[in-house]
Amino acid sequence: MRHGKYPFIIGFLVVPLALYLVFVVGAYLQMFQLSLTDWSGFGGFNYVGFDNFVKLWDDPVVWTALRHNLFLLILLPLVTIALALFFAFLLNVGGKSTGGGTRGVWGSKVYRIIFFFPQLLALAIVGVIFGRVFGSDRSGMINGLFPESWTPWLFLADERWALTCILAVLIWQAVGFYVVLFSAGMGSIPEEIYEAAALDGATKITLFFRITLPLLWSTLQVAWVYLGIAAFDAFALVNIMSVNQGGPNNSTQVLSMQIYLNAFKFSQAGYASALGVVLFFLTLTFAALTLRVTRRDAVDA
Amino acid sequence: MTDLKSNPSTAAATSAPAAPKQRKLNPLNGVAHIALFLWALATAGPLIWVLLASFKNNTEIFLGKPFAMPEHFSFKTYADAWNEAHIGQYFLNSVFVVLISTAGTMLLGAMAAYVLARYKFPGNRAIYYLFVSGLAFPTFMALAPLFGIMQSLNLLNTYTGLILVYIAYSLSFTVFFLVAFFKTLPAEIDEAAMVDGAGHLRRFFQIMMPMAKSGLISITIFNIVGQWNQYLLPVVVMQGAGADSKWVLTQGIANISTSAGYHAEWSTLFAALTLSILPMIVVYAIFQRQIQAGLTAGAVK
Repeated sequence: MRHGKYPFIIGFLVVPLALYLVFVVGAYLQMFQLSLTDWSGFGGFNYVGFDNFVKLWDDPVVWTALRHNLFLLILLPLVTIALALFFAFLLNVGGKSTGGGTRGVWGSKVYRIIFFFPQLLALAIVGVIFGRVFGSDRSGMINGLFPESWTPWLFLADERWALTCILAVLIWQAVGFYVVLFSAGMGSIPEEIYEAAALDGATKITLFFRITLPLLWSTLQVAWVYLGIAAFDAFALVNIMSVNQGGPNNSTQVLSMQIYLNAFKFSQAGYASALGVVLFFLTLTFAALTLRVTRRDAVDA
Repeated sequence: MTDLKSNPSTAAATSAPAAPKQRKLNPLNGVAHIALFLWALATAGPLIWVLLASFKNNTEIFLGKPFAMPEHFSFKTYADAWNEAHIGQYFLNSVFVVLISTAGTMLLGAMAAYVLARYKFPGNRAIYYLFVSGLAFPTFMALAPLFGIMQSLNLLNTYTGLILVYIAYSLSFTVFFLVAFFKTLPAEIDEAAMVDGAGHLRRFFQIMMPMAKSGLISITIFNIVGQWNQYLLPVVVMQGAGADSKWVLTQGIANISTSAGYHAEWSTLFAALTLSILPMIVVYAIFQRQIQAGLTAGAVK
């Protein structure tokens, strides 16, 4: 290679790498160290061994939060992907099959534009909007739709339904993005395949399950991982929408909220770090599992 | 994203067998339209409601009938939101932070990605995987140690701190995406320039950057939207005495929502929401195609 290659390489890498090492890698490494301390968030700390992890194991709120994360982790990808696949299929292949070729329904461009828009909004802003949509009196959008004699639904103030409301908002925001993503995938499936199958008398439902779904498999995997990550987070929505940051009565408590509360409200930053460490291993497990479960021979389109 | 277009020759060949099926498929088509229309309504409904409510006084809002027209249109609520609720200030703060941090992310990310994609040197793979591994873990995991790092560097409650953190946490995806993108670009032009005696820097700025334009645009849009919508990082970094004047838009809106119930008119909150949604609609209307491509770029790859 030419003279001066290494100064150039170092010159280009040093700043981005330094920033990344200090703020990202540094934070993760310190998390492991701090998880063994009683650090409050300010000043010094003492090492306390595995005390935080013992405490964590016995903390019922952490288990509740974990259960809620699992609830989101299963339902968010499942419902979102099902809805998005359904809409994407309708938009791309659902139209009249005039002359054997398959076309999208009328207005599919407009639908795609509308569906996608929520993806552009900050989750924080979506959270504020839906906090009011789910208002527990007649000022809420949904309760306001019903006549005056109606006993308003409590939504976020109801322990039984609060987490479902948050799930619904996550789905509301995500579906459009995956409609567009799956549409792109479906658009790249050669139409000859559909035509050949239609010639053989396949119905649209058969087309969907026998052709569209298998050919989209790799895109579905990506969607599953993205939605899984979103389900692990959910901080913005829970912090903004829920009663008392994870309430009522911890019914919307999630791990991200627990980490935040312990770090900044309860002055237990060491304990929050221990939670982070647990989450680190959970995420690794999730990633490994996803790779295993979804590994399946993809049919090349 | 293109609709499947019917090929005239095959269309003619298959029109005969497909024709009788057309009537049978019509009910599905009707269902398709209803389903798509309902989801469009569910997507746009809450946003239209926010717009209408921004013109209503508390009495009107608590009457229910969420989609009734307001009694009169006055923009006083907007003036209140902009000035008294400081939405104008927060908006400008967001613009300032995102402008610098996205520019920084793109410059540093492209530099690192270029070197990692196009140069062989010991440690190349290790550095690449270090960057990419950041993708697997949610940001909130190491919240407490990140706070500690910011504190010890005296960067809490400063724009510099927020911008550096935004850049650091955006590098993983930017580097991952751009390395893959740079590798797809032909090496011949680059090599020809080298033979002609162009230096490393010149080849980066005058040959790679223009060739990589489409990829750079996609990932820039991705970063702008992601950083504009960020909520967790500003909540961690921008806290402490006097922080509220430096808040970004997401923080400001979330704060109005928690305090609106106690003293202000609800309409101020709705006006603030409208003010934060409208720019997104305008930008989306203009750059709809690029935005959809940019945000889905990472998943399609």
